[in-house]
Amino acid sequence: MEGTTTATDEISKLEEIALEIRRTSLRTIHRAGSGHPGGSLSSADIVTDLFFGGVLKYDPKNPNDPDRDRFLLSKGHASGLYFTTLAKAGFFPEKELESYRKINSPLFLSGHAHPKTPGVEIASGSLGQGLSVAHGIALGARLDKRNYKVYVILGDGELQEGQIWEAAMSAAKFKSTNLIAIVDYNKVCQDNITKDLKDLEPLEDKWRAFGWDTYRIDGHNMQEIHQTLKIPPHPDKPRVIIADTIKGKGVSFMEGQTGWHGVAPSDEDLAKALKELQ
Amino acid sequence: MKDGATRDGYGAALIELGASNPDVVVLDSGVSDSSRTKPFGKEYPERFFNMGISEGDMVCTAAGLATTGKIPFATTFACFLLGRSMDQILVSVAYSNTNVKLAGTHSGIAVGEDGPSAQMIVDMAYTRAIPNMIVVQPADWEEARQATHVLADYKGPAYLRLGRGKLKGLYDASHKFEIGKGHVLKKGKNVVIFATGGLVQESLQAMEALQKENITPTLVNISTIKPIDSDLIIKLARENGAVITAEDHNKYGGLGDAVGEVLLENNIHVPFKKVAVQDQFAETGTAAQLYEKYGLSANHVAKAVKEILQQK
Repeated sequence: MEGTTTATDEISKLEEIALEIRRTSLRTIHRAGSGHPGGSLSSADIVTDLFFGGVLKYDPKNPNDPDRDRFLLSKGHASGLYFTTLAKAGFFPEKELESYRKINSPLFLSGHAHPKTPGVEIASGSLGQGLSVAHGIALGARLDKRNYKVYVILGDGELQEGQIWEAAMSAAKFKSTNLIAIVDYNKVCQDNITKDLKDLEPLEDKWRAFGWDTYRIDGHNMQEIHQTLKIPPHPDKPRVIIADTIKGKGVSFMEGQTGWHGVAPSDEDLAKALKELQ
Repeated sequence: MKDGATRDGYGAALIELGASNPDVVVLDSGVSDSSRTKPFGKEYPERFFNMGISEGDMVCTAAGLATTGKIPFATTFACFLLGRSMDQILVSVAYSNTNVKLAGTHSGIAVGEDGPSAQMIVDMAYTRAIPNMIVVQPADWEEARQATHVLADYKGPAYLRLGRGKLKGLYDASHKFEIGKGHVLKKGKNVVIFATGGLVQESLQAMEALQKENITPTLVNISTIKPIDSDLIIKLARENGAVITAEDHNKYGGLGDAVGEVLLENNIHVPFKKVAVQDQFAETGTAAQLYEKYGLSANHVAKAVKEILQQK
């Protein structure tokens, strides 16, 4: 079964990349002295497969290629992960990450991303807007008769914003099949666990009722992420992939903790975390 | 010169742009009859997106379309466009600097019978305060038509403030609307009125009445609130020695403050009066009744002129 072997190799390679992205994200947040480690670690496997698993079509040398697939991070606080990934993907040198969250950052590596940074499509930081923006891009693709797809990562807490459901209705109305939303369902918000803050369940039923082609996966199982992201578009529905994840995934003392939403690791925490992420 | 509402001039321009500029797309939030985007939707259905009653979604969808090179005109009543979408406008439009045109129809207390929840009187304050945003309010049908064309060519976020009611035609096609340029309608003396939107018409009526008493103010149509025509304001304030501003908007944050800032920053200390809504919510009634009761009618402009002349 040569095919399976190749696939297994590919998956373990992606898992390696995800580990490296987790390490660099934490170092970047640590160096900045502020940022959001928990939500960066929960999205890391999904983002890794998008950028390095052959899902997204992009050319870092030509970040404005009109035919590129679009990637939006609507949960904009995971910018440590976002910039780390863009650097690893070749949009800018990794050294630039040193200016993350620092004044006069040459590539504008702000606490929340802005399109001045190569590879970034739109500003973020106010939750709930990214799905609508992604849908606007998807409509633009249709008008231009281009085949690119638009991928947007949403946080679970973000689904408490009403605008997400406005956009969900819009994308179903316009049958925007080139739009793929991925929910990083890490179950934890800044304040509280999502369930207690405002429960999202039954979440699959909600998306289905809104007219979306709905999948639910383990957001840390690279094989499952990879297979699901490769499924061809639904003929007339936008797609949502609800990825069950763990906030702070990979670092035992961060996992599932509200306390690691918006706090940078100390020197000691970083050292411990990096040891676990091998 | 064509009589008509500025929203109608806007709707007419959209149809023209549909033919002349394939990048122009129009979005609406479920009021396309009233906002005059429906004819564009009929003519160019593939470029028209009725997003339903969800203004925040509309504004962000417009921002997404703009990143693909489209020129979206996101349209609904001013009260909902700004009221429901300020955050979306700040982050996805202004901060992201996407080429989105926000068209707010039914602005001001001139909306009338629908009452104060539909009478947007703080939108110029909101939009003037946003970096990267320009603010335009045309004074008649033709200027609205021209402003829409000019904004389609202008690259960057813009707010176009439009009205519901029919206005008398001031301009024909020979007029040239330019962003940032005021237009002197009457050259007079002793006092200059800077007016915008429907208050240009009230000011013109006031001037007819004042003429009988040999009072001849200068009247300027300020159709770009931001960037404002500072040079013209400085020159005419100095020449005339007294300044009145006139707008269908709250007295805070609109044209009056924009002109006042120019005067203060340039050490021009002359008598100054704002004809504007006096920091209150109005009520239901016809536009004319509301203008009379809430201090925006021609009578009030004339009164302000007389009062300011006594201060000189």
